[in-house]
Amino acid sequence: MDTVFSQYAWLVPVFPLAAFLILTAFGRGMKRSGPLVATIGSFAALVLSALILFEHMNGADEYNDSFTWIGIGGYSLTAGFDVTNLTALMLIVVSLVAFLVNVYSIGYMKDDERIAVFFGYVALFTFSMLGLVLADNLLTLYIFWELVGVCSFLLIGFWYQKPEAKAAAKKAFIVTRVGDVGLLIALLLLFWYMPDHDLSFAAIENVFGQSGLITEGITTLIAILIFVGAVGKSGQFPLHVWLPDAMEGPTPISALIHAATMVAAGVFLVARTFPIFEASQAALDTVAYVGAFTAIFAASIAIAQNDIKRILAYSTVSQLGYMMMAIGLGSVTAGMFHLFTHAFFKALLFLGAGSVIHAAHTQDIREMGGLGKSMKTTAWTFAIGALALAGIPPLSGFWSKDAILAEALHANPALFAVGIAAALLTAFYMSRLFFLVFAGKPKAGGAAHESPAVMTVPLIVLAVFAVFAGFVEMPFAGAGRLGEWLTGHAAEHEGTALVMLVSTAVGLLGIYLGWLIYVKGAIPRDAVTKRAPWLTRLLERKYYIDEIYHAVFTVSLRAIGRSLDAFDRHVVGGAVRLAGGAAVWTGRAATRMQNGQLQSYGLYVVIGLVILVAAIAGRRFW
Amino acid sequence: MLSSYLTMAAILFCIGLYGALSKRNAVIVLMSVELMLNAVNLNLVAFSKYGAVPSLDGQIFSLFTISVAAAEVAVGVAILIALFRSRGTANVDEFDEMRR
Repeated sequence: MDTVFSQYAWLVPVFPLAAFLILTAFGRGMKRSGPLVATIGSFAALVLSALILFEHMNGADEYNDSFTWIGIGGYSLTAGFDVTNLTALMLIVVSLVAFLVNVYSIGYMKDDERIAVFFGYVALFTFSMLGLVLADNLLTLYIFWELVGVCSFLLIGFWYQKPEAKAAAKKAFIVTRVGDVGLLIALLLLFWYMPDHDLSFAAIENVFGQSGLITEGITTLIAILIFVGAVGKSGQFPLHVWLPDAMEGPTPISALIHAATMVAAGVFLVARTFPIFEASQAALDTVAYVGAFTAIFAASIAIAQNDIKRILAYSTVSQLGYMMMAIGLGSVTAGMFHLFTHAFFKALLFLGAGSVIHAAHTQDIREMGGLGKSMKTTAWTFAIGALALAGIPPLSGFWSKDAILAEALHANPALFAVGIAAALLTAFYMSRLFFLVFAGKPKAGGAAHESPAVMTVPLIVLAVFAVFAGFVEMPFAGAGRLGEWLTGHAAEHEGTALVMLVSTAVGLLGIYLGWLIYVKGAIPRDAVTKRAPWLTRLLERKYYIDEIYHAVFTVSLRAIGRSLDAFDRHVVGGAVRLAGGAAVWTGRAATRMQNGQLQSYGLYVVIGLVILVAAIAGRRFW
Repeated sequence: MLSSYLTMAAILFCIGLYGALSKRNAVIVLMSVELMLNAVNLNLVAFSKYGAVPSLDGQIFSLFTISVAAAEVAVGVAILIALFRSRGTANVDEFDEMRR
């Protein structure tokens, strides 16, 4: 089928970019109209993305267009965009969440002094993320990859008056940088080994699709290094530490960047370069095991946290682990499917949390309670999000989690067990969160009231998606449709009734446990804390990962930095001071010599002459 | 023979140099300069008589030097008198305008 809209896909990121430029240029005087400009920009992007998606749902061909960016001798760097079914899906996820977050922020950030700056950053982020999705080669992707990192840094540190926000922004930037170095090295290796130095995804698929062109060792190395980049961006263990701290940013940002889009960029990257991973079983195993470990590791931490946004952050880390596990097991479809549904219900949960924080003026769930009565819309949309996350049918999270679990059961039963355990923990911490916040008696003075419509309407829209997004791929009717559409391969493994039963049972069990403890009180809340206080402590302190990193990396790096500083200050600086001092000293001596006395000038001449004669005479005896 | 003339000239030159660099009175400095010039003249004459290629050139040259030196002293003393009139001193230590 001909493409009509796909060739204009480059316009999608241009709209938010224009909004960003306008806001940057005229932002000072646009306190009221600024948010509108950004929202219109993201809405235009959304409309075009939707048109592209519909076109591709009707079977449009892949569209690629690129131009020569830099020509160096016979080699030329190109930049361009690629509209495939995968990118079309990502486009709609990013632009839809971005648009809803924009609308929501109009209400949430209404009283902020720097609201125009905020919307400018959000527009810049939307631009970068859409560019990242559309990029047709790894270099272009890398540029946008760094741009979203910058936006994340700017927005986490948006309230820079708070020292925690400043520290969190720096931490996020530095920790993701560790991963980015891996990606950069992978990029250089690819540039070195690819025929014609071609970095486009199409070429990567061609080269790695046929065996023998690039040795297995190099393939594994490149794949693992790309994965290191993804680990940094997607908050996988051991680089997950920045993501929970990133919750210091405004809550809409947590929803947009740190739940739905940017952190999913790592998963998207692995999906986009999947041919490289496919060529190396070792790399695939690494992805699967790191993902699975992250899934259960982060879920267990989430149980013991008390900050509503931190719980959701660890939940995001855990769900991203799920996606990585799915891709590591060889199913891009399942991973991308979960990314797709997760984007909606996690953004919904974060925006709901923002609404709660807006009303309760605290983030500690122990200080909340009974908000369900005063905040009806927030409560039921949050419930939908929580149920979707817990994997209760027929909500979207159920179908995508099911696809991953079915994949795991088929490929690796051990990972299936891990996935089930993580699902149990997920259901439990979500029910704990929900019941503590919305059920019970009001604690926070009872002054809480529902947020304005500009904030609740995005919640409702997202709730609709959280319910229905899963129906694009169901294990029975038309199984494998999404897989075929996304990757061109027919259905991989159909979900079995067993998987569905087990995952539903586990989800319900987790919720029931939460209900027993936090509503009915049948099990005392401190049952575990009393028996095994060390366990609670361990989880509360997040396995002491931050402390370990502090002791191992921060302290040692700081020591190195300090010694380098001392070297610079005393040795390098000393040499510079010596050179400067010598010049000054010589100058001072010369000034003293220039005293205007003709006789002393004559004396200097004589002394110089004597030295000259002595030197010439001395050379004879040398 | 030559070496005794040259030694004599060298001693004369050193005395002149010492006087030119150390005496405070400008008149004596001028006289010391004259001494140095005469040391050179002595050398020229000695070489014209006892040098490797004896000829009259050296003596003629020394006549030139004497006449030029006479002119130089005339100018120098004129400047000195002008200075003495404006500054009221012939002390070279006082003349440090070149520093400014």
